[in-house]
Amino acid sequence: MKSLKVIMRIGLLRGGLELKQFLRQRESVVFTLLFPVILLFIFGSVFKDTIAPGVTFSQYFVAGMIASGLVNTGFQQLAITIPMERDSGALKRLRGTPMSVSSYFIGKALLVTILMVLQTILLLFFGAAMFDLNLPTDPTLWWNFTWLVILGSACSTVLGIAFSVVPKSGRGASAVVSPIVIILQFFSGVFFVFTSLPTWMQQFAAIFPLKWLTQGMRSVFLPENFATQEVAGSWEISKTAIILLIWLIIGLAISIKTFKWSRE
Amino acid sequence: MGTTLAIEVYGLVKKYGDKTAVAGIDLLVNQGEIFALLGPNGAGKTTTVEILEGYRNANAGEIKVLGFNPATKGSAAQSWRNRIGIVLQSASDAADLSVIEMVSHFANYYENPKNVDQVIKDVGLTEKLNAKVHELSGGQRRRLDVALGIIGSPELLFLDEPTTGFDPEARRSFWDLIRTLKQEGTTILLTTHYLDEAQELADRVGVINNGQLIEVATPSTLGGRNNAPAKVMWVENGVSKEILTSNPTEEVIRLNQHFNGQIPELQVLRPNLEEIYLRMIGELK
Repeated sequence: MKSLKVIMRIGLLRGGLELKQFLRQRESVVFTLLFPVILLFIFGSVFKDTIAPGVTFSQYFVAGMIASGLVNTGFQQLAITIPMERDSGALKRLRGTPMSVSSYFIGKALLVTILMVLQTILLLFFGAAMFDLNLPTDPTLWWNFTWLVILGSACSTVLGIAFSVVPKSGRGASAVVSPIVIILQFFSGVFFVFTSLPTWMQQFAAIFPLKWLTQGMRSVFLPENFATQEVAGSWEISKTAIILLIWLIIGLAISIKTFKWSRE
Repeated sequence: MGTTLAIEVYGLVKKYGDKTAVAGIDLLVNQGEIFALLGPNGAGKTTTVEILEGYRNANAGEIKVLGFNPATKGSAAQSWRNRIGIVLQSASDAADLSVIEMVSHFANYYENPKNVDQVIKDVGLTEKLNAKVHELSGGQRRRLDVALGIIGSPELLFLDEPTTGFDPEARRSFWDLIRTLKQEGTTILLTTHYLDEAQELADRVGVINNGQLIEVATPSTLGGRNNAPAKVMWVENGVSKEILTSNPTEEVIRLNQHFNGQIPELQVLRPNLEEIYLRMIGELK
């Protein structure tokens, strides 16, 4: 049995290499890291309406964008780059070395974690500085925020790896993955107030994690009494945790079962 | 005589759906030799090699590579991968990393890696040490692939069409590198389209066609090349003449007497490996 230490050490090295590669690709830095920030500026500047007493749409939107950020850095990024790595022969080459699969996944998880932290900080910063986002003072809310980020990004990572078998080729991956993310964002209450969406759209969105993540983020950043404006009349915190956990397990199972090293 | 075998394959069969790609191949490769696999595209060459490398599973057959069944999963397979090196046909990854970054990163994967600088020097990329992969030419990229394949000090090296896209000079220096590896005791399984490459490097060659290994021999005896009829050509009264004979010496002596001395524009041609090979796979009558 290869020692856990070796697997971890190589996983860390892979994480470093992944980050180095990521930062050297300017388009991926802009697309993955800065795109949500750009969207924040556009939507935050255009929609300044008040949607409830003391709550502006831009505040609502920032909460949604922080949730979306987890989907961007995890799901979207991995579901696009893994098929590209498969096409380029990178994965096949790795498969031929003694490197353990676990190290590869650790490297990916590290990359996602770093990007996610960077992006969340960027969004929190600009949200608070320019769009009246109220950073919570209650420690309970920060605790909720922390597990939402951890669970949400774990979910997003494994689902990204699981989904990486869907695109037929690396070149087409972006065309397959991006629309799914954008549609989910529309349906899950990122670009519009969730309760203003048609019921079928709400019900459809409730199957997927993003809706629950956005709602969870609102519970952290919007006033407590805004909960009455949600579909269920409450923040549904425990239900959110359970649904994210279920998706995490599903994603993990599919990733392990279906991961492909090369295009056969 | 206890020659140890690096690769031992009996009755290898691989099917894709109802199409048989490999139809029962027996293959024995000695430790320390360079064995070249030749064969047209779609003959089953790549499938065979990929089964030996552990990328694909066979439908039938007994396979041992360094005494290990490549289809085995888990940590035993990882220790086995520590002893082999694979240079795949095409990889276009890691465009934004530098040569030294790639090679030293891959060195981490192995228990007994070679010296990074030395390997880069051996493949002739010292001047490109800090160049990004996307700045390399096709031939330089290929040499990086080789560097990544040998960094782990493999006992057995798989080379899949290693010199495609090389200029003649790069090929020569690549061949020297392969000979050095052989001297160090590395067993090499080479697939190639270049017959002169097989001729230069291989101790033995095997020809695969239609999923079968149709012959295994040394490059100079493949297809009865050593006994094959030779072509004797000359010019008589301004007209080119030629004759195919299994005894060219006798023919030359006869011509020598006929011309009473110098034979005009005399040439004696043995079939080259390429002609023999093309005849074997049915491309040349």
